[in-house]
Amino acid sequence: MPTVPLHEIATARAGDKGNRLNIALVCRDPAYYETVAAQVTADRVAEKFAARRPSRVVRYDLPKLFAFNFVLDDVLEGGVNASLGLDGHGKSLSFLLLEITVTMQQSRTRGAQGA
Amino acid sequence: MAARVYIGGAAGFAGDRTDAAGPLVEALARLSGPRFLMFETLGERTLALAQLERRRDPQRGYNPALERFVGPVIADCLRHSIKIVGNFGAANSRAAAESIVALARAQGLRAPRIALVEGDDLTGNLSRAEFAKREIDGKILADNAQIVAANAYLGAAPIAQALDQGADIVVTGRVADSALALGPLMHACKWRNDDWDRLAAGTLAGHLLECGSQVTGGYFADPGFKDVPGMADLGYPIAEVDVDGEIVVTKPAGTGGRVDRLTVTEQLLYEIHDPAAYLAPDVVLDVTDVTVEEIGADRVRVSGARGRPAPETLKATVCIDGGFLGEAEISYAGLNAATRARLAAETVIARMQRRAPGLRIRTDVIGIVSVHGDSAGETIARAWDTGGQKDVRLRFAAQSMRRNEVELLLDEVEALYCAGPAGGAGVRRHVTPRLASASCLVELKFVKPSVTMLGEAT
Repeated sequence: MPTVPLHEIATARAGDKGNRLNIALVCRDPAYYETVAAQVTADRVAEKFAARRPSRVVRYDLPKLFAFNFVLDDVLEGGVNASLGLDGHGKSLSFLLLEITVTMQQSRTRGAQGA
Repeated sequence: MAARVYIGGAAGFAGDRTDAAGPLVEALARLSGPRFLMFETLGERTLALAQLERRRDPQRGYNPALERFVGPVIADCLRHSIKIVGNFGAANSRAAAESIVALARAQGLRAPRIALVEGDDLTGNLSRAEFAKREIDGKILADNAQIVAANAYLGAAPIAQALDQGADIVVTGRVADSALALGPLMHACKWRNDDWDRLAAGTLAGHLLECGSQVTGGYFADPGFKDVPGMADLGYPIAEVDVDGEIVVTKPAGTGGRVDRLTVTEQLLYEIHDPAAYLAPDVVLDVTDVTVEEIGADRVRVSGARGRPAPETLKATVCIDGGFLGEAEISYAGLNAATRARLAAETVIARMQRRAPGLRIRTDVIGIVSVHGDSAGETIARAWDTGGQKDVRLRFAAQSMRRNEVELLLDEVEALYCAGPAGGAGVRRHVTPRLASASCLVELKFVKPSVTMLGEAT
């Protein structure tokens, strides 16, 4: 069973409100939803973002959208008006999430361009 | 009452493309029924900066891009009865409206009926201490800071009222971004202000439109994985909303971009936290039962939004003086570049510990790790020696209420030109005044939205 980064099977977009980050993760193919649901837990996301010391990570499941919403608290250095970093909004962090790997349960079509 | 309403999303932020509205207006002009063009151009900080500008010049303080956004399309909008709704009023809706009148006159057009939506400015309504008591998880207002701006996010009702009164153009300051679409829908569909599911659908339509092309292929392309045709000519979105709140998202024919399940779903969840409770001024939106369905080329149906009664409070953003951000950069390239850059970083930090002890300094190494790292420097400490990169740019940043303290850091980076490691090049330095912002929840009784037709007595 192949192990692949989320980047191959899902897309992501980050948004901010103050010091809180959300990253929406959308399966390219609805068939991947269960695989992601089983493996990309809030704990694994917290581990991936450990250097930013999230105080809380919550995963919201959206089965009708074949998507998940991850909400990470206190990872933006105080937010866009306080951060010393180049990316105060945390917009680039969607691609950090997409580095998380998953083990595929079944064969899949590479580079599927959505449903 | 309209069967179907068409709303074009012509701008998603103040710096958005100003030629995006043209193809939208062309497409809307070919349709019949109520048609609207919305512009969202007011970021969180933009309004506080506008407030400062208005204090310096009472005729300024609105979005100066207004003329470039509205100028190219105002004639066709007036000719085809496409109403314009925008929050480009920022801190001075009246001056923004007057500039639109001047714009119309300069193009030889009839004077448009312009409505101002005001009342978002709360600086006179509550004291600093009263705001501090209402701050959401934070203590930014606890110190005795001078408030620069305090604005509530108004809802859609005053926008609907302005359109009911016959406005061609509605100019607002701070409103919920989604209200720029919900207001026109409440006006055109005669939705009641307690028809929660429909208000939720209208809020969702606004949410899908409020970032412009972010729903039509902007901020989406990932070549080889998610390809987007025609990035240089992205089509901006049109939402077709029927009286029951069913939404179809599309874009003008012949434009670049794409509208499909993935582009729409990414935007649907953008900046949402709990998907069952997205708080807007007019309704609490629940998207957990929403479905996104491709029904044609670049046509996506979005249905199933549910609503619950509106919150008892409105969100307000309160900005205070945040001091100064200082940033300086220097490049190292060629053999052993990363090691030379590391020595430069250690040198700057050692000298700053003597000259400004206690000043927190962030170091980034563009080319190794510069955005995904942490502010304490743990990520970069582990990454220095990983790749032998031959072209890196060091970046230092610090913030202080005292400008001279951040200038000390910038001086130390500049001094690397002579007193640092070999081959340092391309120093750039700048200081930016900062505003700190806090979010507060303010009871409705403190907020008095108003609608004024320009040229009529207030």
